Amino acid sequence: MRGITKTFGPVVANHNIDLDIREGEILSLLGENGSGKTTLMNMLSGIYFPDGGQIFLGDREVTIRSPKDAFDLGIGMIHQHFKLVDVLTATENIVLGLKEEGKLNLKAAAEKISAICQRYGFSVDPNQKVYNMSVSQKQTVEIVKVLYRGANVLILDEPTAVLTPQETNRLFDVLRNMRADGKSIVIITHKLHEVMAISDRVAVLRKGEFIGEVATKDTDPQKLTDMMVGRAVSLNIDRPLVEHRPIRLEVKNLTVKSPDGVKALDNVSFTACGGEILGIAGISGSGQKELLEAIAGLQHPLEGSHVIYYPPTSDEPIAGHHVPVDKKGEELLGKDPLQIHKIGVSMAFVPEDRLGMGLVGSMGMIDNMMLKSYREGRGPIADRKAPKVLAEQVRKELEVSTPSLTTPVRRLSGGNVQKVLVGREIASAPTVLMTAYAVRGLDINTSYTIYHLLNEQKAKGVAVIFVGEDLDVLLELCDRILVLCAGKVNGIVDGRNTTKEEVGLLMTNLRKEAQRV
Amino acid sequence: MIQLLQSAIVFGTVILFGALGEILTEKSGSLNLGVPGIMYLGGIAGLASAFAYESSTPDPNPLVCLLLSLVCAFLASMLGGLLFSFLTITLRANQNVTGLTLTIFGGGIANFFGGSLNKLAGGVGQISVAVTSGAYRTNIPALANLGWFGRIFLSHGFMVYLAIIMAIVLHWFLTRTRTGLNLRSIGESPATADAAGINVTRYKYLATCIGAGISGLGGLYYTMDYIKGTWASEGTIEALGWLAVALVIFAVWRPLNALWGSYLFGVLTWLYLYIPGLNRRSLELFRMLPYVVTIIVLIVVSLRRKPENQPPAHLGLPYFREER
Repeated sequence: MRGITKTFGPVVANHNIDLDIREGEILSLLGENGSGKTTLMNMLSGIYFPDGGQIFLGDREVTIRSPKDAFDLGIGMIHQHFKLVDVLTATENIVLGLKEEGKLNLKAAAEKISAICQRYGFSVDPNQKVYNMSVSQKQTVEIVKVLYRGANVLILDEPTAVLTPQETNRLFDVLRNMRADGKSIVIITHKLHEVMAISDRVAVLRKGEFIGEVATKDTDPQKLTDMMVGRAVSLNIDRPLVEHRPIRLEVKNLTVKSPDGVKALDNVSFTACGGEILGIAGISGSGQKELLEAIAGLQHPLEGSHVIYYPPTSDEPIAGHHVPVDKKGEELLGKDPLQIHKIGVSMAFVPEDRLGMGLVGSMGMIDNMMLKSYREGRGPIADRKAPKVLAEQVRKELEVSTPSLTTPVRRLSGGNVQKVLVGREIASAPTVLMTAYAVRGLDINTSYTIYHLLNEQKAKGVAVIFVGEDLDVLLELCDRILVLCAGKVNGIVDGRNTTKEEVGLLMTNLRKEAQRV
Repeated sequence: MIQLLQSAIVFGTVILFGALGEILTEKSGSLNLGVPGIMYLGGIAGLASAFAYESSTPDPNPLVCLLLSLVCAFLASMLGGLLFSFLTITLRANQNVTGLTLTIFGGGIANFFGGSLNKLAGGVGQISVAVTSGAYRTNIPALANLGWFGRIFLSHGFMVYLAIIMAIVLHWFLTRTRTGLNLRSIGESPATADAAGINVTRYKYLATCIGAGISGLGGLYYTMDYIKGTWASEGTIEALGWLAVALVIFAVWRPLNALWGSYLFGVLTWLYLYIPGLNRRSLELFRMLPYVVTIIVLIVVSLRRKPENQPPAHLGLPYFREER
C-alpha cells in the first residue's frame, strides 16, 4: 500500500500511509484506539474506498471497490463482529453467496472444509449450527470461510479480544500453520504480549499516521509503547485538590460474567471518594462498561461481590437531596436501578453509546429531560414546566446548538447530543457521577466545557468516575487512575505522579501480581 | 364425515396457497400482512378475465379460459406484492402498516369490481363463467369413484393437487438449492448475506412478488371452485386470508407442515356444521378453533426456544446497508 489517505468529513483517519505485507509472514498492526488501524485494513478488504494512494498486489496495481473484489484478489478479513447466520450450519454459512457451478452439494463442501481444517489444525464440525457454537468456534468458521474462498492474505481485526487465553493460544498455533503454508497474515491488536508472541514484524500507527515498522525480535514492549503513544501533547486541564475526601463508594471483589461465559470483570476492588475524579483506563472491552453497569444496577454480578455506598455527612454541600440511608454504608448490589435511585443513591450514568441507552432519539430536549423527572410530582399529569426550564438552562450553559427545544435529539450532531446527556445527568444533583467516554467525538472546546463541569462537581464533593480513552486527558484530569486489563484491576496510580508510559504498560501487560489474584 | 373431509380439503387448499406464498415472502424477511387483500386481487382478476373472455366469445375454449384466468390472477396478485415491495423495501415503510393497508385496499378493489361485474351480468349471482369454472372443477371420474378414498382425495379439481406439488417444490427449493439458502440467509441476517455478495434487494423483491402471486391463487381457487365462478362480497376470502397468515406461524415456516396444517385448519373451520346441538353462540366458539390452535403452537414453540422453529430473525425489519 502506498500513500493511502482516507478522510471522513473533516477527520483524517489515515494520512499518507505506506505499508508492506509480505508472503509467509505475520504482521502486527499496532496503535491506540482511533489511530486508523481498522480503517486502513477496511480499505484492503473493500469496505471503504481510499481517497488517495495506490494498492499493489505483487507488481500490479489493483482497485478494490467491494468485499467481492477483495475476495477475487485473495484478500479476506475477519471482522470483530462476526457475520454469520445463526440457524444455518457451518457449511451452509461458508458456501453462502458463492456462485459455484452446478447444484448445491453440501456434502462436497463439508469435505472440502474438513480438508482445510486438517491442513491448518482447526477443529470445526461442518454440520454444527452456528447458534450452538462458542465464540471461538464462530471465529474459526469465519476464518475457514475466508480460506474456503481461496484467500492468501488474511486480516484479523482484534481476534483475541473475545477469546480466553487457551483459545488464543490455539488460534496462534493455527496462524503459525498458515504462515508456514505461505499465507500473509495481518493481525490488528492492542495487546503487546500477543504482538511479541506471534508476529514477525510490527507496524505502528498513531493518529492516522504511519510511525514506523520494526522486526519483532529487535524490539520490546517498552519501545513499542513509546512508538504507539508518542510524545505527550500538553493539555492544560485544571486539577484542583479537594482536601476533604470521604469514601463514597467501596467496590469489593466484583466479578461479572458476560453472556458468553467469559469473566468480564474479575475480582475488582477499589474505592471512589467524594471530591475526587477517579479515572478508569484500559483498552476498550477490558470491562469498563460492565463495571459502570454493575454499579448502576444493570448487571448481575456473581456471589461475593459487593458495592457499598456511604452517604455524605450532613455538613457536606451535596447532602440532603436524597432519602437518607444507613450511615455505615448500604449494599447496592441486588437493587434495581430504580431502587438505587429511590433510596437516594443517585448515579448519573452516561452510557458508551449515548443514543442507545441515554436518550430517546425521536424526542426533543424537554421530553428527554422529563425521562428522569416524570415520576416526581402528584397526579397523572406530568409536570412539563420544570424540565422545560432545565432544558433551557442546559442549552444555555453548554451552548447546545439546536433549532428548538422540541427538535428530536437524533437530528442534533453527536457533540450536541452528548451535551444534552451530560447536562441532564449533572442536573440530577448526584453524589456519585459516572461517565463513560463523555467526550468521545467532541471537539476540544466542548470537551473542556465538560471537564470543567466535572471539576465543578468534584469541588462540591461528588465522587466522579471517569472512563476515558485518551490517556493525556486521564493524566491531566484525574486524581487517581485505575487501570483495567482483561477485567482485572492492574494497578491504581496517582494521577499526579504517573507517566503515560506507566499507564500504557499497565493497560496492555497484565502484571504477575494481578494475574495471581 | 366424507363431506366434512371434502370441504376441509377445499378450504384447506385456499389457505394452503395463501400460506405457501406467505412462507416464501417471510423467508426473505418481509412480513406481508396483505395476504387477504392479495387473495382478493387474485380472485377478482381471475373472475373478471374469465368473464370478459366468455362474454366476448360465443364458444369459449376451456383451456384458454383456464390459462387466461390463472395468468391474470397471478399477475394481479404479483402487482399487489410489487406495491408492497416498493413501499417496504425501496421506501422502507413499516411492513405491518403497509400490509394491513394492502388488505383493506385489495378487499375494496375486488368488491368494487365484483359489484360492477354483478351489475354488468344483470344482478347479484348472475355472473356466469360456466366454462372456466367447469374447467377448474373437472376431475377424473374413474378416480373420483374409487370408494370413500376417491371421494375424499381424488374428486377435486387440479388446483388441489397443484397446491400439494407446490408445497413439496417450495420445501425442496428452500432446503436444497443454493438460491433457497441465499433467500433464507437474507431473512435471517441481511447484513451477512450482503457481505457474502448476495443482492438483498433483488431477492426480497422477487420473493415478495412471487409469494404474492402464489397467495393470490388461493383467491382464484376460492372463486372458481368453491363458489363456482360468481362473486360474493361477504368476506370469506378475507377470513381465509387471515387463516393463511395464522397457518404460516402454525407451520413454523415450513411448507410441508403447512400442507397437513391447512387440511387440519379446513376440518376445524367446518367442524361446527357436524356437531349437533350448537346454537349461534356456541357455534362461534368452534369457529375460533384454528386461531386457538395457532396460539397454542406459538406458546409451545416459544417455550421450546429451538432456533429452527423461530420466525426468520430479521422478519419485519427493513434493511439499510449503512446502518450499523
